[in-house]
Amino acid sequence: MKQILKNRLLIFIGLFAIYGIIQILLSTSILNDYYEINIVLMGINIILAVSLNLINGFTGQFSLGHAGFMSIGAYTSAIITYKLGLPFPLALLVGGISAGITGILIGIPSLRLKGDYLAITTLGFGEIIRVIFLNTEYVGGASGLSGIPKYTNWTWVFWISVITVVLIRNFINSSYGRCCVAIREDETAAESMGINTTFYKTLAFTIGAFFAGIGGALYAHNFYIIQPETFNFMKSFDILTMVVLGGLGSITGSILSAIFLTFVYAVLQDYAALRMVIYSLLLIIVMLFRPEGLMGTREFSLKKLFKKGEKSNEFTLN
Amino acid sequence: MKTFIEQLINGLSLGSIYALIALGYTMVYGIMKLINFAHGDIYMVGAFTGFFASTYLHLGFVPSLLLAMLVSLILGVTIERVAYRPLRDKSKISILITAIGVSLLLENGGIILLSPQVRTYPQIFKQHMYSFFNGIITISNQQIVIFVVSIIMMVGLQLIIYKTKMGKAMRAVSTDPDAAKLMGVNVDRTVSFTFAIGSALAAVAGVLVGIYYNSIDPLMGIMPGLKAFIAAVLGGIGIIPGAMVGGLLMGVIEALVSGYGSSLYRDGVSFAILIIILLIKPTGLFGKNVREKV
Repeated sequence: MKQILKNRLLIFIGLFAIYGIIQILLSTSILNDYYEINIVLMGINIILAVSLNLINGFTGQFSLGHAGFMSIGAYTSAIITYKLGLPFPLALLVGGISAGITGILIGIPSLRLKGDYLAITTLGFGEIIRVIFLNTEYVGGASGLSGIPKYTNWTWVFWISVITVVLIRNFINSSYGRCCVAIREDETAAESMGINTTFYKTLAFTIGAFFAGIGGALYAHNFYIIQPETFNFMKSFDILTMVVLGGLGSITGSILSAIFLTFVYAVLQDYAALRMVIYSLLLIIVMLFRPEGLMGTREFSLKKLFKKGEKSNEFTLN
Repeated sequence: MKTFIEQLINGLSLGSIYALIALGYTMVYGIMKLINFAHGDIYMVGAFTGFFASTYLHLGFVPSLLLAMLVSLILGVTIERVAYRPLRDKSKISILITAIGVSLLLENGGIILLSPQVRTYPQIFKQHMYSFFNGIITISNQQIVIFVVSIIMMVGLQLIIYKTKMGKAMRAVSTDPDAAKLMGVNVDRTVSFTFAIGSALAAVAGVLVGIYYNSIDPLMGIMPGLKAFIAAVLGGIGIIPGAMVGGLLMGVIEALVSGYGSSLYRDGVSFAILIIILLIKPTGLFGKNVREKV
């Protein structure tokens, strides 16, 4: 017990240290705006990747509609701050909740399907959401909404991604999360053990969609402009790449690969096609040699680094 | 009435192209239970091969069609050998992700190699309109070519599947791969053959689209690929006549939506069809319900 508390305290101090150092670097302009945009993007990508990992990695339901949920969060929050002039925290919350509600609405019918069919259905729902935004004049149609106030900054992104990771990790370690993992391992067996598979699948899907919505809201308030085209299925593939590369079923894996791939993205910004070629080769090579992703279902932990030879539980982070 | 018939003919020509792509999807799905996301991009490669063959090599229609089929066939078999075969006994999600990776690789590799610009397809057939019944039905010679070529391809495919030994092996593997293996069927070769036929048909569709719309680009495979997949699901995935009917239906529905509604809703409507089919009758129009075994 004492050991756990000590670990928690260490992690807490570590988080404050990371936050403080980068905040100081940003406010003293050692890191300029270009770096700030990419650091913020890293945070947003962590939120997106970890939330997609809950659906794809931990519950084993292959969703390709994450960009759709993201766009719901982005548009709803932009309407709240930009069109209605209400405060940003409210916009974040409403963005997340509306994406979560969409998650329930899409999840209940489509989660009856499995594997490839589910993938293509969620992709279809994501595209339908995009087509709806494309045809809605209120949000600017194809040209999108521009002039959204910039509220997203390092402080918001950092603490929201910390909260996301902590909440999703706690969810996975709770009895609810264990049910989700059981469904991933064998759905029929889980059902015969009395797990209400529909409920848990929809729950994981909704939580994932909620955080995707928050990620989208942060995204909208970071780039001034959102267009339906930004949230097409290529965006879902981007997020999927992060999850797969990090390991389906590893939160720290998702965090590390989100940071790594955002970095690659920033370096190759001017060569979009080359970036996608590198992404896709990475995806194929990782799948061929490590089909379960780089980290698999393991978590990176400091304790393991310091105390070698001790077997750790694969679901604990610290 | 005139608009309706016009849209119907447009829809049928578009639909036969979807049907040709859908056949590849449905065969690969039937035999490997894999949505080959890269199939739409094989179709793109076929279109570009046809383009280069007729523009730079000055080949006629049939030789460039055959060349496109050959190149796509080699590409399809190579993808299967390199990317899908090592993962065949691994989890299905990893093979699906690999397929997405291959698709992204072909699209963006295409952008780098061929430049993202839209290219104008050479006019292999000078456009000529034929009208029947005092102009109620007008049909262009390009549409006639599309119909004739698609019908030849579909009949050919039926002959291969029901009259040859390889076709019998394909049907056997798609029913039960393990039992087929025990009966002496070479599963690897059968899967390769399936990819070869599917890819060749996709190339035909690519060349036909080039002739019909006059423009091609490296990202052209994404949407038709997805729609052809929807067509395959609509007809009942794994069922060959289903893919043909599904493709034609998709084409007609799309043409009617763009003719009477807004072309902006076209993509949305096709995905809505997919979702409705999956929710109401997941086995498709021609499918039979098979209970899942534990």
